[in-house]
Amino acid sequence: MRFRTIMIAAAVSSALATPALAHRMWLLPSTTTLAGTNEYVTVDAAVSNDLFYPDHMPMDPAQVSVWAPDGSEGKLENASKGRYRGTFDVAINKPGTWKIGMNRSSIGGTFKVGTEEWRVGGRGRPAGPPGAPGAGGPGAGGPGAGGPGGAGGQPPRMVATVADIPANATAIKLSESQTSYAIYVSSDAPTKGVLTPTGKGLEFDPITHPDALVSDEEAQFRFLIDGKPAAGVKVTVIPGGKKYREAEDAQELTTGADGVLRIKWPVAGMYWMSASAEDNKPSDKRAQTRRMSFTSTLEVVAP
Amino acid sequence: MSPSKILPALPLLVAGTIATPAMAASVTITIPQIKVAEYHRPYVAGWVEPVAGGNARTIFVWYDVKKAGREPGTKWLADLRTWWRKGGSSMKMPADGLTGATRAPGSYTVAIPANLPAGQYVLKVEAARETGGRELVSVPFSVPAKGGTASGKTELGTITIR
Repeated sequence: MRFRTIMIAAAVSSALATPALAHRMWLLPSTTTLAGTNEYVTVDAAVSNDLFYPDHMPMDPAQVSVWAPDGSEGKLENASKGRYRGTFDVAINKPGTWKIGMNRSSIGGTFKVGTEEWRVGGRGRPAGPPGAPGAGGPGAGGPGAGGPGGAGGQPPRMVATVADIPANATAIKLSESQTSYAIYVSSDAPTKGVLTPTGKGLEFDPITHPDALVSDEEAQFRFLIDGKPAAGVKVTVIPGGKKYREAEDAQELTTGADGVLRIKWPVAGMYWMSASAEDNKPSDKRAQTRRMSFTSTLEVVAP
Repeated sequence: MSPSKILPALPLLVAGTIATPAMAASVTITIPQIKVAEYHRPYVAGWVEPVAGGNARTIFVWYDVKKAGREPGTKWLADLRTWWRKGGSSMKMPADGLTGATRAPGSYTVAIPANLPAGQYVLKVEAARETGGRELVSVPFSVPAKGGTASGKTELGTITIR
């Protein structure tokens, strides 16, 4: 699997990196189950509060990758980005289970120069006092141009990347952020090739196949951290269609000692599921802590 | 969906190939008349599940066998969603002795495999109709033969094992 390291300036990324905020990123496939290898799945991609109601920000389909059941790379077709919603098609032209989504890794945090606190990476925080350049640019106004507390007197309080942290920084606190989002679509019999764990970070290792979920059957999903069953992973499960009921009806669940999450589905439908965990074992040694999340959209059929 | 050449009253030619002579158990499936402006014959699948657990065994699948091209008749087999999950998704279509064309409203008799080991079973019949509904009916039975009957409410009529 490829890990894309990107700058964390995008609003989409900030929604992913901070699950506590209500804005949620989501991919919504038209179906997860297809007969034959002659079919397409069409996917909506957006960021919004309510699932799956696109009313806030589109997600750029360019961020999305496709993994075919045999491990080869699939293709996005007809990608477009609208006002509220990105959309794309994928030809599901090989039998088995496909994965559509993204993996991202980034580092952010804080440091001090003298007594002033600086941030690394953009998390929606204002770039700085008046006169500072736009968010996170390492160019003019950054440490390279005058330096923190430099001659300008009103430096911005943010640098774009870890590489921009000046030599005289103190109290450096950095956190690695690994986020992934995946949806699964099966043609004919579901397979598990695209679900093979890599042994890195937080991973989804389902016992119940994600394309074989039924509302009257409990689903069992194992979560792994660095390849080992992860106890105590917090998982939020939310049915789509909040507009048509009184409450969000989110379930806040936790994996057991065996790393297994057990989910009962209140109704059939499309669900958003997001798991998150934190530890102090970042893969990047410059960071002290690691925040991980795995998010998926799951289709649960009526019995 | 193309009209079936098989009349309701006649034995099923395709399913008949798995029948053993005389005393074998069989199931009679009723497809009800449904008075709607746009009617399409339903896709119907039947399978046997051992109560004690184990693999489901498909005994018949009726779908639009003839439709080919950009949207072949197999496209909607997944609409028989429970059958699809219980094993339909791994079957190669058409399957000898199991698959046949969609049926008009009427009653049809299909043999239950004679080589089922003794035990408790549930026969499941699932129907899904284009622009219509979907229904799943379960009929418990046992081998050696003890029949049973159950009835659908919308997409299926009486299902009787003898």
